[in-house]
Amino acid sequence: MPTMTIAKAINAGLRAALGQDETVMLMGEDIGTLGGVYRVTEGLKADFGGERVIDSPLAESGIIGTSIGLALRGYRPVAEIQFDGFVFPGFNQITTQLAKMHSRSKGQLTVPVTIRIPYGGGIGSIEHHSESPEALFAHTAGLRIVTPSNPHDAYWMTQQAIACEDPVIIFEPKRRYWLKGEVDTEDPGASADPFRAHVVREGTDATVVVYGPLVPVALAAAEASAEDGRSIEVIDLRSISPIDFDAVVASVEKTGRLIVAHEAPTFGGIGGEIASRVSERAFLALEAPVIRVGGFHMPYPVAKVEEHYLPDIDRILEALDRAFAY
Amino acid sequence: MGVELPTTEFSDIPDELWLELESHAHDGAQGHAGQVQLLDEEGRFKSESKLAQSISTLSEDSLRGMYRDMAMIRRFDTEATALQRQGQLALWVPLRGQEAAQIGSGTATLAQDYVFPTYREHGVALTRGIDLADLLRLFRGISNGGWDPRITGFHLYTLVLAAQVPHAVGYAMGMQRDAARAAAQTATAQGAAAQTATAQAAAAPGAGPSATADAGAPSAEPGAVVAYFGDGASSEGDVHESMVFAASFKAPVVFFCQNNQWAISVPSEVQSRIPLFNRAKGYGFPGVRVDGNDVLAVRAVTEWALERARSGKGPVLIEAYTYRQGAHTTADDPTKYRLSDEEQSWVAKDPLSRFEKYLRAEGIADDAFFARVAAEGDAVAAKARADVLDFVAPSLEDSFRNVYAEPHPLIAEELAWHREYEAGFADENSGSAQEGGH
Ligand SMILES: Cc1ncc(C[n+]2csc(CCOP(=O)(O)OP(=O)(O)O)c2C)c(N)n1
Repeated sequence: MPTMTIAKAINAGLRAALGQDETVMLMGEDIGTLGGVYRVTEGLKADFGGERVIDSPLAESGIIGTSIGLALRGYRPVAEIQFDGFVFPGFNQITTQLAKMHSRSKGQLTVPVTIRIPYGGGIGSIEHHSESPEALFAHTAGLRIVTPSNPHDAYWMTQQAIACEDPVIIFEPKRRYWLKGEVDTEDPGASADPFRAHVVREGTDATVVVYGPLVPVALAAAEASAEDGRSIEVIDLRSISPIDFDAVVASVEKTGRLIVAHEAPTFGGIGGEIASRVSERAFLALEAPVIRVGGFHMPYPVAKVEEHYLPDIDRILEALDRAFAY
Repeated sequence: MGVELPTTEFSDIPDELWLELESHAHDGAQGHAGQVQLLDEEGRFKSESKLAQSISTLSEDSLRGMYRDMAMIRRFDTEATALQRQGQLALWVPLRGQEAAQIGSGTATLAQDYVFPTYREHGVALTRGIDLADLLRLFRGISNGGWDPRITGFHLYTLVLAAQVPHAVGYAMGMQRDAARAAAQTATAQGAAAQTATAQAAAAPGAGPSATADAGAPSAEPGAVVAYFGDGASSEGDVHESMVFAASFKAPVVFFCQNNQWAISVPSEVQSRIPLFNRAKGYGFPGVRVDGNDVLAVRAVTEWALERARSGKGPVLIEAYTYRQGAHTTADDPTKYRLSDEEQSWVAKDPLSRFEKYLRAEGIADDAFFARVAAEGDAVAAKARADVLDFVAPSLEDSFRNVYAEPHPLIAEELAWHREYEAGFADENSGSAQEGGH
């Protein structure tokens, strides 16, 4: 099995999709000759040509809007938004058009557009380069949202998103682009369904639900907690819309405690949705309130203080302490 | 009969000048011809140009000042790039090559004008009196601004491309209203003093007493706005919508597009199949391409456009045709997408050496002057370095401030949680943190 970084795995996933289906095409700013600012699309223009891998004009509404038109005409466009904070000029097209085309056409039209967005902090960048806007999109019906945390998932999710008849947003955890891991390019295995959560560490005393960039953080926290004799289960959510509540509830029924952590602000976030569902479906199993760990209600802070903003091992351990105090 | 179509004849522009500007509009390609130029590449002044008049009124001191500004910002830029390489800045956005476009246009603005930059306008910042250390704070990742835009008339940098352009038009519309209110007030003052309030309300519908206070006393001096953006950003919907508004309302705004040929790796041809300045006509206002490496031409064209805007004749699009000599940012590697031949050909058009030749040939500046400027540049660089090393990183607590202008319970709650959480590290044995996520 080859070992590769998440960035390379996405590249390989895109390459496979381009190779298998000639209606697949990539569009975005600087994705061609340069290979993207993160080099995720490196080499694809050279191999598939400028008609399939397009350096678009600098206009996100244009990128998403024309992708919708191309999809209506039978193509499977994969649009890259260069950074999380720059998706908003295309927000209108994503939320009012892309998400709703299937339902407003009473199912006659499908728009299989994939949108790739590098997201999240921890790279020491400047304003608008470190945001986690997933909840804004998750709130919009009609979109599917996934986020890989390892190269194997990145490879498969990229292809699954492109193959999906619905619009899919892939939030790519940019600070993990260089994280390495094995990729089984023959068999997705447990990753065959992109919308299922994975238990990435088994435990019996508490559950920590995370996704994308925080998966390694939660695993490290679970490891630290094990030294204190606590057995922590870690769930990699993988899909933010739909959310695999069954997996979360099953885990909570086993452990009785739940922490949900994400980089995005807790207020109005995915964590609140999970907490609420779990309290509806597994109230009697809960030994403690569901605790959210996440960003604060502020614009993403300047780089030099982001380490205090981002949930780290200590913040997850502190939340576990609180859960165990009940 | 029928609808009266808006005219694309810009009758308010003196024929002579318009002919000169217009004559550059028909080369139909991205070529170098067809741009307003006052200094050729050898630094020879084209005194026959209509625009030469406004330059000839400049004192030798101002001409030397413009050179000094260009040299200062180039030196500062070089230093900032080095600081980034040494890990002192998270990122730097170099302006090398664009000094004439920035100093020429920046020095054409007046105190009452207001500037909306993107993120590369360090030269314009210098002309507006910004403390350059504030720019460094931003790229070190300890601040998102730092200067007071109300004092400097220089807005905060914007990282989301083109987002500032509609703001510029709105600000210009506000200036326009101020002028109307000021006129109304003058008229009222000449009439019965008791009716002042009514007249003011009538002149500014929707502006209640508090809104009037917010907008401040209408300024006496007519001003205009400059909106800076790049050739890449010109593709964003925000720019197009801004131009529609500016044209519809005849807003006193100058759109200043620095066409430095590249939007990261994408050449300007992908953004526009016609010379960019030609787009203005389609919206209903004049567009001009100026040699962006010729500080005198940029200065003259911008002065002309600003004066036109201030006098109520509406917007102008200036396309400063220039070249980004360095990388897009320090995170970029231009060798991946462009040829060094191209880079070399533009170095030959360098804005500083061209202006230096002119100043020397005219006897306006000599060796002693250039030596002084070089020494001053070194001092600016040394100060930049010292500033950066002295910077103190803020704490996360600072980021809780100013999220809202008025108190907000969620901020108070999260700040309290954060303080208690941090205090827990100071004394590991302190009580458990209070409830609530994070
Ligand atoms: C809305 C938005 N999309 C994408 C980006 C990423 N980005 C930053 S600079 C840049 C190229 C800008 O080119 P141009 O407008 O020509 O200005 P220049 O940097 O050349 O001065 C891109 C694509 C961004 N900052 N904002």
